[in-house]
Amino acid sequence: MGPAPALLDRRLLFFTGKGGVGKSTVTAATALLAAEHGKRVLLVEVDAKNNLTALFEHAPVGFEPRQVHPGIYAMQMDTEASLREYLKVQAKVPVFGRIGPMARAFDFVATAAPGVKEILTVGKVCWELRESLAGRADWDLIVVDAAATGHVISQLDAPGAIQELVQVGPIRNQTGWMVDLLSDPSLTALNVVTSPEEMPVNETIELVATARQELDVPLGVVIVNRVLPELFTHADEVVFDALREPGPEEILHERAGPGATAVLDAARLAVSMRRSRSVHLARLREEVDLPLLLLPYLFVRDHGLRVTRMVAEALGQELL
Amino acid sequence: MTDAAPSLAALLSAREVVVYCGSGGVGKTSVAAASALTAAARLGGKVLVLTIDPARRLADALGLEAFGNVARRVPLDVYAELGVEPRGELWAAMLDTKRSWDELVLRHAPDEATAYRILDNRMYHNVTSRFVQSHDYIAMERLYEIHASGEYDLIVIDTPPTRNAIDFLEAPARMAEFFGGRLLRWITMPYRIGGGRGGRMFNAASRPFYQMADRVLGSQFLQDIAEFFLNFQSMYGGFVERAQSVEQLLHDRRTTFAVVTTLEGAPLREAETFCRELATRGFDLGALVLNKVLPDYLLSPDGDQAADVIGRDHDTLASELAKADGEPDGALSDTKSTARVLRTLADSFHNYEVVARREAELRTELSRLAPPGPEVVVSVPAFDADIADVRGLARIGEVLFAHGASVVPGAGAGADTIPP
Repeated sequence: MGPAPALLDRRLLFFTGKGGVGKSTVTAATALLAAEHGKRVLLVEVDAKNNLTALFEHAPVGFEPRQVHPGIYAMQMDTEASLREYLKVQAKVPVFGRIGPMARAFDFVATAAPGVKEILTVGKVCWELRESLAGRADWDLIVVDAAATGHVISQLDAPGAIQELVQVGPIRNQTGWMVDLLSDPSLTALNVVTSPEEMPVNETIELVATARQELDVPLGVVIVNRVLPELFTHADEVVFDALREPGPEEILHERAGPGATAVLDAARLAVSMRRSRSVHLARLREEVDLPLLLLPYLFVRDHGLRVTRMVAEALGQELL
Repeated sequence: MTDAAPSLAALLSAREVVVYCGSGGVGKTSVAAASALTAAARLGGKVLVLTIDPARRLADALGLEAFGNVARRVPLDVYAELGVEPRGELWAAMLDTKRSWDELVLRHAPDEATAYRILDNRMYHNVTSRFVQSHDYIAMERLYEIHASGEYDLIVIDTPPTRNAIDFLEAPARMAEFFGGRLLRWITMPYRIGGGRGGRMFNAASRPFYQMADRVLGSQFLQDIAEFFLNFQSMYGGFVERAQSVEQLLHDRRTTFAVVTTLEGAPLREAETFCRELATRGFDLGALVLNKVLPDYLLSPDGDQAADVIGRDHDTLASELAKADGEPDGALSDTKSTARVLRTLADSFHNYEVVARREAELRTELSRLAPPGPEVVVSVPAFDADIADVRGLARIGEVLFAHGASVVPGAGAGADTIPP
């Protein structure tokens, strides 16, 4: 039973990771892979960077989900809009237009009060899941480009934290069902994107340990992005070393021109970069007992949908 | 600025504070530590590196693990290991956000009882760990504190990873605004007038807010928040004055900023924005460090051509190499293996060539940075091994200090150039 195919059969996938490891690309690729398997996907961007839709060659979107690719609807999280929706739909308080002069005051309190911003983020996502399960919304899968490793725990822990902090009041009553959805391993998984480098691997190890301790949200997979290819087998490496001896190198020079040295140097650089990274990959393997999915480093020029597709394809190969 | 060719060495010797910034994963911490290590060795004086979240091996190497918030002198063994006799002293400190905040509260609260009421409030941790970019603020605050002590000739500081690199520039101002703001007074007003539970009095403007907030949060919760802010507000005077001093230090001519980036799309865009923002706000952009740059030889037409030939003629080349070697059991005697390795060499070169091209294109985009731009631009190569030890730092330092280097059009010639 690979845990991997089961991954896309869940209904709510969170992706976290250290800045710079390609978290958004992997999140977008997961959405694409699911859509290609016929699923109707809601893709949620939580950080206000607004670059997720560019991975589908689409203009930025707002709080209202918009189709950015066949089968994929994207939305940008907006806590004020989420609050307005909450007030209207659940608390039955009609709010017209912007919350207006109260917006700043609310923003202020929401930032200071533990978990309020987070609950509006996670709450919206859970709400969409609940509506889908009840047949009132038709998302087969919700994919969330969640906060980076440093913040994701407090984000996902918000419903639990609110329950502890708020003794009475409507929000408290609202959090129970969220905790149920978030902690159900058949529905939800938190996945970590990383790369085989020191700091990303450290953060991944720490996050997995902390998540186990402090979160009820089940962990899914660790996706290792930008894994450099192994150039040579052990035997081939002996050949490579021999080619760099003065005699053979001179022959390569004669036949291939003065650039032969650059070709040999480039391979040496590639071999040692791969080697130093494989140490971190090994460490990850040793210390994290979650399925690891490896995505190759992409030697391509451009970004956008083409790259998203390539990553989705690689992800598909790892999942099957 | 000066008559000498701009260089990082010149910049570091002319300034008292260098603030390194950039997006996550670009190697900011290593570059900052390398600058400090090398500055202490070559320029002399007492140099402090204030770092936020160093990799464990780096912290170990600098002897930081045990010391936390307190600055410690980096042991001389570190330089002995490098075979270097430093002209100055290297000191290192790590930022402990929680402890720094506690100290700040203890310093600014009107009395000890109020201080502990704040420290013990369950909102406190949350506010200090998240509010108005409090990590950024506390980093700048510590910087001010250390600078004001006058103990160091040069302070090199690494900034916390932020969602947005500009955040920490605004942190002191926002902190002052927060405490001085009408908003805080407005929110706490009903509690100041009405007193305890159930005794709230509203004015016409705040009533709808409280009705909504009660509905969402529950009134007890809101009261807890208000109480906390009331206590917090007692620190107003000290805080505002302090935030203004911090802001002043960042604008001082003795302070400069160094932006670190890799030649990858997202970090580079962020770095560009940051350079622009620094200029707009009147901060000094001293240096731009391009980190982990692939070597130039990957872009050489000769290399490209050689890879083509080797890829195409791998079989004949393999036979030729076997013949020349002559040894029946030599490493090159199996022509099949040799041919395979040659093909891999060619493919790999072309692969990395694509990435190097991508980097070169992004570097060209950099030259579109509006003047004045950075005084110094330095490229640090992608080293084949990890950097998180002292030797690695020394290698980076060597490159950083190597030349007068400038790339910005009109800023003078240098060793490092952005292709036209």
